[in-house]
Amino acid sequence: MASNRLQGAIFTVMVVRVVDPYDPALDQEISRQVELSPRFFADAPAVIDLGDCLGCTAEADFEVLKQTLRKHRLVPVGVQRVTPVQRRLAVAAGLAVFGAPAGGRARAEEPSADGTAANGSAGKRTPSRARLVTQPVRSGMQIYAQGGDLIVLAPVSAGAEVIADGHIHVYGALRGRAIAGAMGDTSARIFAQRLEAELVCVAGRYFVSEAIAPEYLKQAAQVALIGDQLRILPGWS
Amino acid sequence: MKEEGQLGKTASKTPGQVIVVTSGKGGVGKTTTAAAVATGLALRGHKTVVIDFDVGLRNLDLVMGCERRVVFDFINVINGDAKLNQALIRDKRIETLYVFPTSQTRDKDALKPEGVANVMQQLREGYDYIVCDSPAGIERGALTALYHADSAIIVTNPEVSSVRDSDRILGILAAKSRRAELNQQPVKEHLLLTRYSAGRVASGEMLSIDDVKEILSVPILGVIPESESVLRASNTGTPVILDDASPAGRAYEDAVARLLGEQRELRFVAPARKSLFRAIFGRA
Repeated sequence: MASNRLQGAIFTVMVVRVVDPYDPALDQEISRQVELSPRFFADAPAVIDLGDCLGCTAEADFEVLKQTLRKHRLVPVGVQRVTPVQRRLAVAAGLAVFGAPAGGRARAEEPSADGTAANGSAGKRTPSRARLVTQPVRSGMQIYAQGGDLIVLAPVSAGAEVIADGHIHVYGALRGRAIAGAMGDTSARIFAQRLEAELVCVAGRYFVSEAIAPEYLKQAAQVALIGDQLRILPGWS
Repeated sequence: MKEEGQLGKTASKTPGQVIVVTSGKGGVGKTTTAAAVATGLALRGHKTVVIDFDVGLRNLDLVMGCERRVVFDFINVINGDAKLNQALIRDKRIETLYVFPTSQTRDKDALKPEGVANVMQQLREGYDYIVCDSPAGIERGALTALYHADSAIIVTNPEVSSVRDSDRILGILAAKSRRAELNQQPVKEHLLLTRYSAGRVASGEMLSIDDVKEILSVPILGVIPESESVLRASNTGTPVILDDASPAGRAYEDAVARLLGEQRELRFVAPARKSLFRAIFGRA
């Protein structure tokens, strides 16, 4: 008899995409939707999708979100597409964590989301969201690996920009701009097989090409924050 | 790419290939190249049409020497004011070559996407090769010219600003072409270095072939030496490829052969050594 106490079931749940919890447009958009069919939305469960949300990194943010939804008689039950920090806060705020819909994240990272290498340390980390780029990154292009590392197997041209929340690896000449640790991760690094960058930046500290000593240029190098100082280290040592 | 040896072929069964000649930067030799490549393909028996996408700055007709025979143009056909066959001008020298001029009085906004798509579809059915001469820049005219491309010839001068603009247009080609939108095989990229002067490369005034190849990572289709014959050809309305005596003409001939899959060594890339004979008689 105990065997059927806990059963799986599939429900249709509203998903609310949130970019900025404090954006008044969020409140207005929900309001507009709910007004169209108030009965349908009354006391309906809602999942908050944070896949495009760079904020939501404080308890207060989740309280604001919950209040916004309740105001429209939606019942916040969980979150999806969260970073590890958001996940911890959401659980603390009494929200469940839903798995990302199949292909959801991949679609957001077209055209070449293929890297899902296991992320070494501690098993509790979410799988790596490394983004793999196999074609040259041309002048004028901008590539952002949100929430993970960026691996480029081709040159990055002058006038191009590669950005990652994690590390940046360029297995070719890096001639454009590279911004690692874009969300403030001070342990992020930039690795370039041939460093000729216009600008390198880790967690907000940057060097323009003029500030890079010539002896580091046109060879393999990495850029890292050591203590509070941005440093260029020749090779991979 | 098509097999060689289809001489005398008039109607193609497989749809024609669209080749865009583009660069980003102006004045690097796009129109000269479009005229030469189209003529070279036609000389080998392929039914070829070359289209001027530079609406408002019409030049291809001059370079092809048919400016006095223009009645209707690309924009007339897009707007349905003329039929395609009324606007196409048959070359007087080569039977399989046609020129599709553009309008001098309109601007790039006249390139309506559906109209252009319709024209390209008709041309694919009737021609082996459709060579599109793109305007400079990365705005509507250039985007429309490259949109339908199956392959692209990126014309680059061996100097940094031209190389950077080519890099930009390569990025656009990879992102905004029809092939990219439909998730098909990417547009095939070919790099053509023009106005190359081996002497100035040797003295460090110009980027070398290897420099450019390294920066752009695109295979080299050909290297066209800087030559007076190019200017002469433009002024007389004779595509330079028809000038057998000119190194530029022969270099274009090689480029067309490579475009069709032939292997040929690069020529005219070493600094010219003036022989005693030439020094005395002064003929280059």
